[in-house]
Amino acid sequence: MGKYIVRRLLQMIPVVLGATFIIFAMVFALPGDPTSGKCGERPCSAEYVAKFREEHNLNDPLLIQYGKYLGKFAQGDLGTNYYGIPVKEDLAKRYTITGRLAIMAIAFETFIGILAGVLAGVRKGRFVDNLVTVSTLFVISIPVFVIGVFLQYLFGIKWGIFPATVPSLEASTFSLILPAFVLGSLSVAYVARLTRTNLVENLRADYVRTAVAKGLTKRRAVGVHTLRNSLIPVVTFIGADFGALLGGAIVTERIFNIQGVGGYIWKGINSRDGIAVVSTVTVLVIVYLLVNLLVDLLYGVLDPRISHE
Amino acid sequence: MSTSTTKSAIPESNYKAGADGLLLEVEDLFVEFHTPEGVARAINGVSFDLRQGETLAILGESGSGKSVTAQAIMGILDMPPAVIPSGAIRYCGQDLLTMNQEQRRKSRGPEISMIFQDALSSLNPTFPVGWQIGEMFRQHRGMNRSDAYAQAVRLMERVAIPGAKDRVKNYPHQFSGGMRQRIMIAMAIALDPAVLIADEPTTALDVTVQAQIMALLAELQEERQMGLILITHDLGVVADVADRAAVMYAGRIVARAGIEDLYAHPAHPYTRGLLESIPRLDQKGQTLAAIGGLPPNLTRIPSGCTFHPRCRMAQDICRTEEPALRTVGNQQSACHFAEEVLNG
Repeated sequence: MGKYIVRRLLQMIPVVLGATFIIFAMVFALPGDPTSGKCGERPCSAEYVAKFREEHNLNDPLLIQYGKYLGKFAQGDLGTNYYGIPVKEDLAKRYTITGRLAIMAIAFETFIGILAGVLAGVRKGRFVDNLVTVSTLFVISIPVFVIGVFLQYLFGIKWGIFPATVPSLEASTFSLILPAFVLGSLSVAYVARLTRTNLVENLRADYVRTAVAKGLTKRRAVGVHTLRNSLIPVVTFIGADFGALLGGAIVTERIFNIQGVGGYIWKGINSRDGIAVVSTVTVLVIVYLLVNLLVDLLYGVLDPRISHE
Repeated sequence: MSTSTTKSAIPESNYKAGADGLLLEVEDLFVEFHTPEGVARAINGVSFDLRQGETLAILGESGSGKSVTAQAIMGILDMPPAVIPSGAIRYCGQDLLTMNQEQRRKSRGPEISMIFQDALSSLNPTFPVGWQIGEMFRQHRGMNRSDAYAQAVRLMERVAIPGAKDRVKNYPHQFSGGMRQRIMIAMAIALDPAVLIADEPTTALDVTVQAQIMALLAELQEERQMGLILITHDLGVVADVADRAAVMYAGRIVARAGIEDLYAHPAHPYTRGLLESIPRLDQKGQTLAAIGGLPPNLTRIPSGCTFHPRCRMAQDICRTEEPALRTVGNQQSACHFAEEVLNG
């Protein structure tokens, strides 16, 4: 187990290097000058431009720039963005709200998704099953910005139950309920369907027949014996989704005006703020890889046939 | 838990075997499966009984209704699609089919128990074997987890699993096929059931392991005086173990006999066909006899004697008139020409 974790961590190094280099090269290749528009209505003075380019190593060739960046990154320095603010500071502020949003969205996914999936799977072909199947198909086929704007209008503006926008970095959990629900809505549908399919399949398994033949109550045969096996793929999905959600949700964050990581990257790309984009993406890649490692470890706990030796 | 000792005491059984040791009576049982292709009549009027300490073999090809009979007794048929339109299954005089679900559930394990063909898929892959055996005690006797594990070790030792104490927390995939079937047996006998149904218990195993498992079953049956129903298509497996045999074909019992008579003097052409199709070492090089044709489609059972399309002796009467199960010598046969078969 320990060996496995070390090996996985070592495998992350080339992935992180590769990912950062690709992002770095892509930002480098973007057309447009980062200094344009920095000095109001008139073009910036030649001295300012020269100083700016010098400060941010913009005159070096790509590989040298990347090397210098990596050197700093290895020391834990994520650099300063073009506004002179350390990226680390910005990220720390924004990551809290993105993380809270992601955790709440995952909670919706897990509870609503699994509950709906179990109800549908146990009552296959009945009303609940059809209700879940049709409503999840509905959610899956509608783009998230439509769902987002619609729910924002309904709950935020028309009925005023939740705040329509959440611009504060210290937003309350209550005010994040609506955005988190929108963010998780698509995955709720996938989790429900995945749970249902796996449950229906496992209910036909021989070991469930054994469980019934052992004289177990139906609750135990389904809730303990069937569910455990049915949830293994669901956990994998939720884990991977959590990794993805921690990367910020550009669409949902923009609808509800949340100052999260997704919006930060968006802003960085628009203002040609290379360091901000590269550093943020690198952090996201590392977080994603770590979450994935956790999911793989959890997988081994749920299914003893999978060994990490 | 201070109450665990009182709760885990063996409860008094509500069931008492009849005066003559009669445990189980299956009477004129019918089972149908309602499928989109039509109604499959899987069991058509099956009757038999079982006494304490007796081993009854139920023989037949795939699709003859052996397993459905067993599952009907256990009450683990999926209903729907399965329907039991008529018949009775009496355990110690009480009809299981009219019992409420909760009473029925409580009988599974302490009264009637079952082991299945494929032990790997029949055990839950995600729980330790000891946990799965111990679950019998936790569900039926309210035992706590550690006491249940201790019981599991005791049972694993009883079915001769080497190093039971160290292996009680292992998972099914960590055992060999024979050991897994021993674990299934340990689970099935955990609560001392009066009736044990073994559905093709050795089919998925190597020949050498088959003999060991059969010997273990016979030993346990003798020790606990269980009524054992042994379901198989392999006549070689049951010869040494069974007392009586019932041969099933297309959902009916077509022959019934003491095990020696069945082998020595079959009274039904189907039984004879099954016996002839056992490979024998002294007939090396000869073509193995097989029963021609296939078992009938249960949605379209042939008229008259259901076996007539495959029977070498079939006459006109076999196509029109269904033969009743009748006594011939000291056995029973559902064949119009039972005497000829017996003496031929």
